[in-house]
Amino acid sequence: MNTHLDVIIQKPHTGSAETTAKDFKAPIDVRWCAGCGGFAILSQVQKILPDLDIPKEKIVFISGIGCSSRFPYYMDVYVMHTMHGRALAVASGVKISRPDLSVWIATGDGDCMSIGGNHLIHTARRNVNINVIMFNNEIYSLTKGQYSPTSRPGLKTKSSPLGVLDDPFDPITLALGAGAPFVARAYDRDIKTMRFLFERANQHNGFSFVEVYTNCVIFNDGAFDEYTLKGNREENSVFLDHGKPLLFSNGTKGIKLDGFKPVVVSLEDGNHSIDDLLVHDETDSTLAFILSNMSFNLDLPRPHGVFQSIERPSYDAKVEAQIIEESKKPGANDIDALLKGDDYWEIG
Amino acid sequence: MNASSLKVNLANVREGGIIVVNSSGFGAKNLRLANYDENPLENDSLSNYQLYDIDMVKRVSEELADLNLSHKAVSRSKNLFALGVTYWLFDRSLEPTKKWLKEKFGNKELVYQANLRALTAGWEYALKSVKFKRQYKIHKAKLEKGAYRNITGNHAVALGLVTAAKKADLPLFLGSYPITPATEILHYLSGYKKYGVKHLQAEDEIAGISSAIGAAFSGYLACTTTSGPGLSLKVESIGLAIMLELPLVIVNVQRAGPSTGLPTKPEQSDLLMAMYGRHGEAPLPIVAADSASDCFNMTIEAARLALKYMTPVILLSDGYIAQGTNPWKIPSLDDIPDLSTNFVTDPEIFAPYKRDPVTLARMWAVPGTEGLEHRIGGLEKEDITGLVSHDPMNHQKMIEYRATKIANIVNDIPHARVEGEFSGDLLIIGWGGTYGAITDAFEKLRGEGKKLSYVHLKHLNPLPGNLGHILKRFKRVLIPELNSGQLKMMLQAKFLREFIGLNKITGLPLKAFEIEDKVLELLSERGKK
Repeated sequence: MNTHLDVIIQKPHTGSAETTAKDFKAPIDVRWCAGCGGFAILSQVQKILPDLDIPKEKIVFISGIGCSSRFPYYMDVYVMHTMHGRALAVASGVKISRPDLSVWIATGDGDCMSIGGNHLIHTARRNVNINVIMFNNEIYSLTKGQYSPTSRPGLKTKSSPLGVLDDPFDPITLALGAGAPFVARAYDRDIKTMRFLFERANQHNGFSFVEVYTNCVIFNDGAFDEYTLKGNREENSVFLDHGKPLLFSNGTKGIKLDGFKPVVVSLEDGNHSIDDLLVHDETDSTLAFILSNMSFNLDLPRPHGVFQSIERPSYDAKVEAQIIEESKKPGANDIDALLKGDDYWEIG
Repeated sequence: MNASSLKVNLANVREGGIIVVNSSGFGAKNLRLANYDENPLENDSLSNYQLYDIDMVKRVSEELADLNLSHKAVSRSKNLFALGVTYWLFDRSLEPTKKWLKEKFGNKELVYQANLRALTAGWEYALKSVKFKRQYKIHKAKLEKGAYRNITGNHAVALGLVTAAKKADLPLFLGSYPITPATEILHYLSGYKKYGVKHLQAEDEIAGISSAIGAAFSGYLACTTTSGPGLSLKVESIGLAIMLELPLVIVNVQRAGPSTGLPTKPEQSDLLMAMYGRHGEAPLPIVAADSASDCFNMTIEAARLALKYMTPVILLSDGYIAQGTNPWKIPSLDDIPDLSTNFVTDPEIFAPYKRDPVTLARMWAVPGTEGLEHRIGGLEKEDITGLVSHDPMNHQKMIEYRATKIANIVNDIPHARVEGEFSGDLLIIGWGGTYGAITDAFEKLRGEGKKLSYVHLKHLNPLPGNLGHILKRFKRVLIPELNSGQLKMMLQAKFLREFIGLNKITGLPLKAFEIEDKVLELLSERGKK
């Protein structure tokens, strides 16, 4: 049914088609702590947006509550800063009602995995076409240092002075388990890969989930140094490159599958060659689960990159298709006929 | 139909009232199950009622003997016999039920015959039996000319939303989660894709309203539908919608609480929650439907206020009117007022929290509008710019803006209308779904010459502007409610005077005779003084 909202939806962009990162910066000072991993994420998002060929007015950023959720305030697009945990639910309403918009979410491990966990799993299985960037710093930072659902066992925080007793979620495994079709992990210190992954998330038609290992310089400093610091990264993490063997440690080591179990092999001891290594396939969801479970084994390098990218029709597209189908039926949009119904009588 | 149902339902019959009894349901086992020491049909415990006891199983067995049905199947048709008796008692035609039986059982000839004959036999029995001395005639209601249909409150809400969206020239979005007794609204709207309606059956109540907030941001007429426990879960989101100043229709079909309470039973016990149940000072307009068909009108009123004032609005219905029906004069779209609103598109005049000088509504700029990119959120906003602000004086100013915006709606809603005496001793004030019962009692008492007046409220926040003046004209005010006195508390706080409550919290609808009794008691008190 045509309404006056269609005028806005269909209006072509009249301003300059050329934008730069500066055009996406809101005239507001960024209020994160010096050294926060959030800065790198913000600047990479602002850098990719001009290349996405989406008019600025069609971009929406939505967040919940937390340090990460301040992110949208720093963006000069359409922005809503909502409630703790609810960004995905609000964003679902935006995307389902307006499939013409590019909808993004900035969230954190507390916002997305804890209070908003229900919305994460359902938005993932429903496959609403939105892009989620989850800043994982393994701590509640805005409330000044309590353990989160991704904090590691034993971590001493203000609310776990004797050490965390909970077992954590692995966000990648959770997102895959919930049916998210695009799942990736980035490091705040690896800006080139991060930019690549954000672009991939945008290209993917459906629910896209990108976890970013984000350093909290105040309450959980160095939590990811083992994987993200230059030097350590080569040794302790492995980049997932579609169609390529899983190599790390400057090509001296690789991952091979022993049954369903990934194991580290040396390419220098003469026992293995590159042909023995596991070759990454983003479209293989069984493999994605195996790779995501590597995060539970501290003897294995930590995978980052795209774990899974599969295409299936998004919920918002299916809603739109049903509406188009129904609008062809007799009586479509005839509200007077709807009000009258089939069973009425006249008083004359 | 048996001893247990007599025991349960006797409380609903006034003295002198009619009780039609199936005496075959009063065997030793029936009496034991119902905890009767002796058969109430055989002692004088029912002597104050008009009692018609009929062995209905025996009657239908005789009537249907030639059909060779099992005893169970024969016995099952006794309900239709009882219906036939009732139709004779009130002089109703059998034809609509005969037609319905044909539709329902037309392809099961034996079942159809058994039911049809049992119905007719009941009517014939009452006609011929010497027991039945009196037949009651109910005259046709005097209704305006036009087309009518029967409608439930939940159906009327669904139609009201579709109509409001059409008259606002906006698409409609529903975010909802199933809950008794509001679910049918979701059922209806989910089937209206033909009319462009989008919906999300969300993972929970919070996602229901949150997705609706997202759709409102995007330029839709957005709504969420729920009942008490769901409203509890939506509270934080309602606060956000108030802060964002986005239009949103929240339909709350009240049921008996607290907690899970009595999910299928009506109550009017969410009024104070609708009014005050949010953290911080967060006022919003509240409207209430007075009947099933009025749910249509009040849904449109809720949408009108939401769009014009950029605010969430709560529509209160209840389980009784939501699931019950009444005849509805079908309107044409042309009869419905225009609700169209404008999206702001001009960057020269736009600021996120710039307000209309009359309504104090902020501008609605939707994504897709070039040059109006802006940021809104739950943090306090600076006046006009909408930037995050922790300035103390700004906070007070914004609290006052939000309150004044809602309070000023008083100038945009109808005055309360007094039925009966212009002034005098006793005024009844009702609200919501008790309208039918109060009106019945009121008209009966007025017919008997009692001096009495009646105001029914459909706007609960703000209240009609003339209510204070009306109250001054009456010595005493009776407020019947299906709660412990929630409207009474609101009015006492606002008008600093005492009111008399008639408070029923049984999970059952208010009955006309209960109001009648209370009014008579009050009138006789005055007589004594």
